[in-house]
Amino acid sequence: MDTVARVVIQEQDFDLSAEVAALRGRDTGVGAVCCFVGTVRDRNDGASVSTLELEHYPGMTEKAIEAMIDEAMRRFDIRAARVVHRIGPLQPQEQIVLVAVTSAHRGESFQACEFLMDYLKTQAPFWKKEQTPTGARWVDARVSDDAALARWGIASRNG
Amino acid sequence: MKITVRYFASIREAVGRGSEALDTAAATLGGLRDELIARGEPYAPALARGKAVRLALDQVMSDEAAALREGAEVAFFPPVTGG
Repeated sequence: MDTVARVVIQEQDFDLSAEVAALRGRDTGVGAVCCFVGTVRDRNDGASVSTLELEHYPGMTEKAIEAMIDEAMRRFDIRAARVVHRIGPLQPQEQIVLVAVTSAHRGESFQACEFLMDYLKTQAPFWKKEQTPTGARWVDARVSDDAALARWGIASRNG
Repeated sequence: MKITVRYFASIREAVGRGSEALDTAAATLGGLRDELIARGEPYAPALARGKAVRLALDQVMSDEAAALREGAEVAFFPPVTGG
């Protein structure tokens, strides 16, 4: 378990079963695994999307997500967490992000998974650029993403 | 003092480069932003006051009041949209 990286930024796709197996490792105390997988939609803000390009800030991205996982470990009784985020060009239906969390009981991993995703949307340095029929455009941050983080008592400076 | 400045996403495109080494007299990140705006094109429109510009100091989300130091890595970028 300890040899599995908690944060992975990669261009290639990921396999949910393999990721969960790696996260669980030999931990026999795991009673719940909660996973969130984000995928590319073919429509956004009223336009069709043919390609989604993801840019990140190498170095800072990994550090920011590591800090988020540390915070999740403090807040929730979870055993392990792993975030895989893809970069580069992606097509509709492709997987973008995985947040996976293990705990003894389901409530803690459900909560931690949502917390990590809310945190990631507003605090991890990734940017999305869409190819639409009228050209390329950067995706705007959503005010609702900041509101989602505020539920956890954290003020976001993002949106 | 000598620092490194990095730009990402729409701000990188507007400035026309991903990073540069600078010798600045600014004491804070806000002061650095003003110094870059004062250069005019292409920095002024890219970093204009009123635009949603987020900052990082040494790879940690920060704000304009943060103090600069020798060798710092500063980043300017738009609000993040990952996930």
